[in-house]
Amino acid sequence: MRKQGLQIAGFAVVVAAIQLVTSVTGNVYHLTQLTMSAYYSLVVLGLCILTGYAGQISIGHAGFFAIGGYLSALLTTHDFSVHGGPVVSGLAAMGILTRRPDLYGGELLTVHPWPACIFAVLTAVAVAYAIGGPVLRLKGHYLAMATLGFGIIVYRIVLGTELVGAADGIYNVPAFPLLPGIAVSGKFSLRVMNYYVAWVFVILGMVFLLNLVHSRVGRALASIHGAEDAAEAVGIPTARYKLKIFVVSAAFAAVAGVLLTHYNGGIGPSESSVMKSVRYLAIVAIGGMANLWGTLLMSLLLNFLSLRGYFGTFDDAVFGGILILIMLFAPDGLLRRQLFEELKGAVFPAGGEKET
Amino acid sequence: MKLLSVRSISKRFGGLQAVDNVSFDVPQGAIKALIGPNGAGKTTLFNLLSGFLRPDRGSVVFDGAEVLGLMPHQIAARGMARTFQQIRLFPKMTVLDNILVGRHLHSRGGFVSCMLHLPFLRKEESSARETCREILEFLGLSGQADAEAVRLPYGQQRIVELGRALALDPQILLLDEPAAGLNIRETAKVGKLISRIRERKITVLLVEHDMSLVMDISDEIVVLSYGQKIAEDKPASIQEDPEVIQIYLGESDA
Amino acid sequence: MNFDLFLQYMVAGVTYGTIYGIVAVGFNIIYNATGIINFAQGEFVMLGGMTAVTLGRFLPLPAAILGAVLITMILGALLEILFIRWLYRPSVLRMIVITIGLSILIREVALHIWGESVRALPYFTGTSVTSIRLGGVYISPQVLWVVGISAVVVVILGGFFRYTLLGMQMRACAANRDAARLCGISAKNMVTFSFMLSAAIGALGGCIVSPITYVQYDSGVPLAIKGFTVAILGGLGNSMASAGAGMLLGILESLSISVLPAAYKDVISVAILLVILFVRPSGLFGSIEAARLKEF
Repeated sequence: MRKQGLQIAGFAVVVAAIQLVTSVTGNVYHLTQLTMSAYYSLVVLGLCILTGYAGQISIGHAGFFAIGGYLSALLTTHDFSVHGGPVVSGLAAMGILTRRPDLYGGELLTVHPWPACIFAVLTAVAVAYAIGGPVLRLKGHYLAMATLGFGIIVYRIVLGTELVGAADGIYNVPAFPLLPGIAVSGKFSLRVMNYYVAWVFVILGMVFLLNLVHSRVGRALASIHGAEDAAEAVGIPTARYKLKIFVVSAAFAAVAGVLLTHYNGGIGPSESSVMKSVRYLAIVAIGGMANLWGTLLMSLLLNFLSLRGYFGTFDDAVFGGILILIMLFAPDGLLRRQLFEELKGAVFPAGGEKET
Repeated sequence: MKLLSVRSISKRFGGLQAVDNVSFDVPQGAIKALIGPNGAGKTTLFNLLSGFLRPDRGSVVFDGAEVLGLMPHQIAARGMARTFQQIRLFPKMTVLDNILVGRHLHSRGGFVSCMLHLPFLRKEESSARETCREILEFLGLSGQADAEAVRLPYGQQRIVELGRALALDPQILLLDEPAAGLNIRETAKVGKLISRIRERKITVLLVEHDMSLVMDISDEIVVLSYGQKIAEDKPASIQEDPEVIQIYLGESDA
Repeated sequence: MNFDLFLQYMVAGVTYGTIYGIVAVGFNIIYNATGIINFAQGEFVMLGGMTAVTLGRFLPLPAAILGAVLITMILGALLEILFIRWLYRPSVLRMIVITIGLSILIREVALHIWGESVRALPYFTGTSVTSIRLGGVYISPQVLWVVGISAVVVVILGGFFRYTLLGMQMRACAANRDAARLCGISAKNMVTFSFMLSAAIGALGGCIVSPITYVQYDSGVPLAIKGFTVAILGGLGNSMASAGAGMLLGILESLSISVLPAAYKDVISVAILLVILFVRPSGLFGSIEAARLKEF
């Protein structure tokens, strides 16, 4: 545990250092992309645990991101004052619905970001529970296709539904006042604070996941990945665990969706596209399937570069190419310490052991 | 006391009746062996008992309760541990970790507690490790605790799998060909281990081809052929049973 | 809905269904030979259409189509040789991800070559407004081309697998790779052939349907999903069933438009896919035992 503590502390220092560097060099606008990278990293971390440790592939995680983002966006921008009735007034009295000014000087009655966030994440969790059961019973191609299918359904729904803005998405999403004085928003004046807020979430997430990995549950998940029936034979409820880790990873994605939506002030259908899901997977692959830190670092790097536009029109191609190259040459990711050994083993197989 | 009672178990795969109306008991504290030519249905039977396959018919009463229809992990939780014919160790994990997984049922931390790293977990973890080190000592593998399990020599891998099953603190241990692929010395070691396991009050049901091992340590033997029970008796009587001899005709004992 | 309108929907359903069936056949060929689901299958269809349009600028139509099919076939072989052939016992996970990556790359290349514009081959006979009257429905002659050519392809394919040496070798390889190799069949070459065959069929499909459905650099993905749905529906590996299953999906999808907003049309096929995967992954005609035996 001490080792993880040091790693976390070290990373926190890096985060702070990056921020200081940007203010010294005057590249403060980089902070925006770095903040967005942080939120995308949350998704990737959740996926890393699912795919790397529990061995369940998902090409549909953008769907959960979208459920979180779209629901919180919808609830915080929809004017409930058009609906009358006791329920609405009751919710307003409780503070769940708040009044806030809109762009034109009028007044909106929308859901306060906190209950909206909770509702959005809980919905994503509920969906994950609902589809996770049947989906996780599948294996290999079937599992990949099912998750892909889920992502496509979410995409098509948000793309085709007027209520959530169809192709335009939802905008004018308000800031998210997390705590007194700390709000998630895209306002330039709050850039630095938002940068730290985002990375605090990431660090928190890392702490949770590192704890999980190094616990009996983490060991059980690794054993499920390694030899599922043997795990079952020692009393591990494999189906239940696979479902739970799926739900955890979905929750991470949904939370990221909520926060990034408030930061960006809006969300569009592209956030739930297949390419986004593929991206998350590519980053997990290159970071090391079972390597949280490697994945985090790669996520920071790649998302930042991508958001700054370094990949130009080849953005999608880069991630597609990464996926292929990693899967061809380094299936366990680039940053595994035993990479060289494993490469040797892949080219000169001994004993013909089948990879899992 | 009959720890395990198998009654009229049957399983059919398409055109093949793999297990045909098999019944037998395993008394508590006994070492019972299941023998028979290849294809007799022994591993299928194990899969039926431990919940990996659903029987078409029959009943399995373990420790006084019917376990038919339960998931394997539930049956394991009731005290039935098993090993596999083809070694199923967890790759990329050390010997100690492999055995630690066997302690899973003896600790409580769930997803949330583990993520929050609640204090009680530390004690659970150290107590589990302590128990596993004891098991490693019992098995004579203390020196290998931190070696990657799947890189060990075959014979030692078998013993690690045995250790993982022991970590469950089971009432009964189902061993599927524990001596498969082992040389004479390793087989003898396994035989000794099984006897010492019995001394720990653990009942053993084993499937084995190695006749010397079987005759040596078993209290009773059940003979299967083409899915049916041919005989059930003490080793000496089995050796003389003409039907048994016939189904093994031409096979020399190991 | 009156009967004529219903028939019109049916025709549309059959047209699209045929293409889904063709894609499914492509899936099955590769799946049977390798156990891999080629996520890039839809891209072969797209490439066939796009290449044919480009070639059609300076070649007569039949030559353009032939050229497109050949080019795509070579591409299929190249993909297999470069990315798949030399892998040693790859895990399912790796293969899935590699074919996904390939699908993306092909799409990006297509985007850079042809841009985002939507293309279509000219109608084989007549124009976009010609129609033949069959009973109460107006059918474009292209529909007859689509169904006709597809039927011919399926029949020829059946004959190929059943009666030609190469076809039998491929089947042997699919059934038991090691045994086939013991008989002197080069398993590696069979795999390459299967990719070539799949690519050719997909490309042909893309050509014949492009006058009606148009092709675009990203037409491949939805086709792959639907093709996969059809392949599963019919039972993975069973090409004959794919043809029927394709019709089924096409018709269901077509009829769904009358009840749901058109924007949700793609949701239908995906939803059907999920339902099948959850309820009966072996498909309508596959055997449950065989589905379990196939290594995943």
